Amino acid sequence: MNNQGTFMMPPAESTLAHEVDALYYFIYYVSLFFFVLIVACSLYFVLRFRRKGKQVERTPDISHNTFLEILWTVVPTVILAIIFVWGFRGYLKLTIVPKDALQIKVTGQRWFWSFDYPEGVNSLNDMVVPVGKPIALLMSSQDVIHSFFVPAFRIKQDVLPNRYTQAWFEAKNVGEYDLLCAEFCGTQHSSMLGKVRVVSTQDYNRWLEEAVGSLGAGMPLKDLGEKLYTSKQCFTCHSLDGTKIQGPSFKGRFGSEAVFTDGSKRTVDENYLRESILNPQAKVVAGYLPVMPTYQSLLKEREVDALVEFIKSLKP
Amino acid sequence: MYDKALPQPNYLSEPKGLKSWLLTTDHKRIGLMYFAAIMGAFILGGIFAMLIRIELISPSKVMMGADAYNQVFTLHGAIMIFLFIIPSIPAALGNLILPLMLGAKDVAFPRLNLCSWYIYVFGALFAVYSMFANAVDTGWTFYTPYSSETGTAVISMALAVFILGFSSIFTGLNFIVTIHKLRAPGLTWYKLPLFVWAIYATGILQVMATPVIGITMVLLVLERVAGIGIFDPAMGGDPVLFQHFFWFYSHPAVYIMILPGMGIISELITAFSRKKIFGYKAIAYSSLAIAFISFLVWGHHMFVSGQSRFAAMIFSFLTFFVAVPSAIKVFNWMATLYKGSISFATPMLYALSFLFLFAIGGLTGVFLGALAVDVHLHDTYFVVAHFHYVMMGGTVVALLGGIHYWWPKVFGRMYSEVWGKVCAALVFIGFNVTFLPQFVMGSQGMPRRYYTYPEQYQAMHLFSTIGSWILGVGFLIMTIYLLHSVFKGRIVGKNPWGALTLEWETTSPPSPHNFEATPEVTHGPYDYDKIVVEPT
Ligand SMILES: [Cu+2]
Ligand SMILES: [Cu+2]
Repeated sequence: MNNQGTFMMPPAESTLAHEVDALYYFIYYVSLFFFVLIVACSLYFVLRFRRKGKQVERTPDISHNTFLEILWTVVPTVILAIIFVWGFRGYLKLTIVPKDALQIKVTGQRWFWSFDYPEGVNSLNDMVVPVGKPIALLMSSQDVIHSFFVPAFRIKQDVLPNRYTQAWFEAKNVGEYDLLCAEFCGTQHSSMLGKVRVVSTQDYNRWLEEAVGSLGAGMPLKDLGEKLYTSKQCFTCHSLDGTKIQGPSFKGRFGSEAVFTDGSKRTVDENYLRESILNPQAKVVAGYLPVMPTYQSLLKEREVDALVEFIKSLKP
Repeated sequence: MYDKALPQPNYLSEPKGLKSWLLTTDHKRIGLMYFAAIMGAFILGGIFAMLIRIELISPSKVMMGADAYNQVFTLHGAIMIFLFIIPSIPAALGNLILPLMLGAKDVAFPRLNLCSWYIYVFGALFAVYSMFANAVDTGWTFYTPYSSETGTAVISMALAVFILGFSSIFTGLNFIVTIHKLRAPGLTWYKLPLFVWAIYATGILQVMATPVIGITMVLLVLERVAGIGIFDPAMGGDPVLFQHFFWFYSHPAVYIMILPGMGIISELITAFSRKKIFGYKAIAYSSLAIAFISFLVWGHHMFVSGQSRFAAMIFSFLTFFVAVPSAIKVFNWMATLYKGSISFATPMLYALSFLFLFAIGGLTGVFLGALAVDVHLHDTYFVVAHFHYVMMGGTVVALLGGIHYWWPKVFGRMYSEVWGKVCAALVFIGFNVTFLPQFVMGSQGMPRRYYTYPEQYQAMHLFSTIGSWILGVGFLIMTIYLLHSVFKGRIVGKNPWGALTLEWETTSPPSPHNFEATPEVTHGPYDYDKIVVEPT
């Protein structure tokens, strides 16, 4: 059963989300109380004691009231202490990863998310997880800092280039939840979006089996390449219709002449395509920025062949 | 009953000529030059803000590309923080008013004072250069390793921040010494106006915290220019170290921005309720307490950046600790209203707006201090809304109140009270329409610095953009009536509000040397229970 969330908070879909929301709403109502108190008192005072007429009058010297001063020092201190302890306990729960969790390696890269499963399966921007199981995320970045943020799970953790960070969650319901990058990472920061697809255990096992089985075997290279074009996010930077995005369009690319930033030229052939996939900075086409990440660790040999074959098939 | 002509000679009229302004060591003239400069920065930063809001009307592209958008929000932040809000109250109003409040002839080091204005202008030129030479796109926070790699003009903006820092340090130092050494006879520490206490606490922060951002920016430049690996992991550096350095300055900087605003509010509330301040020492010492504790809470910007749980706990604890003195101040201001004789003149409207907006800004900070909740809210529009309520709802509204309050002192003329009230209302309404929806969308998960965004957030973004137009109209009308009043405003006497602090005992505008004779101080700044002054 999906809940709809509240006016302030999105649906609470992880086991800890409700605890976060409870503290959020505790602070919310305490704040509302003090806010109303401050505004009501101020309004009452300014209306009740407003200056009437032009005559200048003396006002009483009321500059201390020991009882009140102790009251408004102690009461906020106590409330803040409660909030501090509550917040810290919640933080421990959010950050200490349970031992029996299923571990997924998360890699942030400009501008997509890559997930590696213990079974050797890799997926991009589409994290499939079983419902009702704790999932541990071991995260690192290939370039700048990103931040893994799933609002429905109330988790957020920066993803760093030089060390691992961790996060975990346990999804309560089957469904699809937004994954956002929360740390500014450049041009397409706001398109560094993914999905967390929570499925039943059977569906998860079936998905995994399928993914392990068909790591591309049996499929014609061109079709596999077409599939990879979408699943490996090539489309975010390379169009099929000639449109210039972050990188050159694939349309009619093969066989054409490429001009590079250093002024040199060469014909686009298989070897050039292969190099550009595995070592994109080696030759950067003039008019584009050197922003493409390497796919060295993300593609298998056959998958590189498949992509080359697919690009070859795209006639001008 | 006021004179038909401005008193002569006054600091505006004597000496004459452009050179006499550019080489002046008169704190009032330097204050005015600062005022002109920061207002230029405010207009520039404001234009960038309007562009951001227009672009965010729709979830997809409206008028600019992704890179341009990233540059625009970076310039908005960098200009507003470093060129406008940090120097705003201390350097502009502080220079104009502080020596008058002390009964002094000038600040302690008048030439250093002029020097800091030139340093400010010099730093500003670097920022402007960065604007035109492939503007910086890192966000005003310059996080590494993005800032060590990006192809935009990071170096000139980093140098701008470095240079502007010196101007801030010199101003702080100057005011600290001035407050220690140049108080009029009889003006003991506990007879100082609370604005002076606030500027004093701010000065300590400026002198002690600013060097850290300066060094950090130099390290960033060295990394980019000389390839010395400090922050960039590709060169063996640590990007999180940058965040520690950056916030070690930038958290205290939050209080460099808000403490002077709080100082102004203490002046406004007492003057317009004609009432002795409640808890003078509590307010004065809470400024100092805030200044010191603020050095120990920088890590609350980094709860999800990979710092240890232990560090997170300590920083969260200390963050709540710094909230208490701010709360005490709010209660003190409220209590001051009780049994006062309250006028609703324009500056007071801003002071009351401040109470309302700063309360929201402060209370929403409690959400962000709470660790478990911050994990969800960090880097969302909730944070954006929170710091705008503190920085704009707090500091800028206080600044506007201060500008209107001291305007007749500075120019000897009064602005249009009707338009003043209209604009105070427009700013209040526009501000809330702009930023209240951002709390909602932030809680719902809308991340900050997003050029495009999921459709479910559009309604809130639309509200926010409409609010920014209301704000824009408010500021436009304000500019017109204020400029008009400089030439055509009604001429006022020494003390149009009947306030008791020293600056109101000299002519408006003051003579070049402030006072005809050094004033003797016999009463406290807020002795409205003993003394009655007729407004003139
Ligand atoms: Cu990002
Ligand atoms: Cu801070």
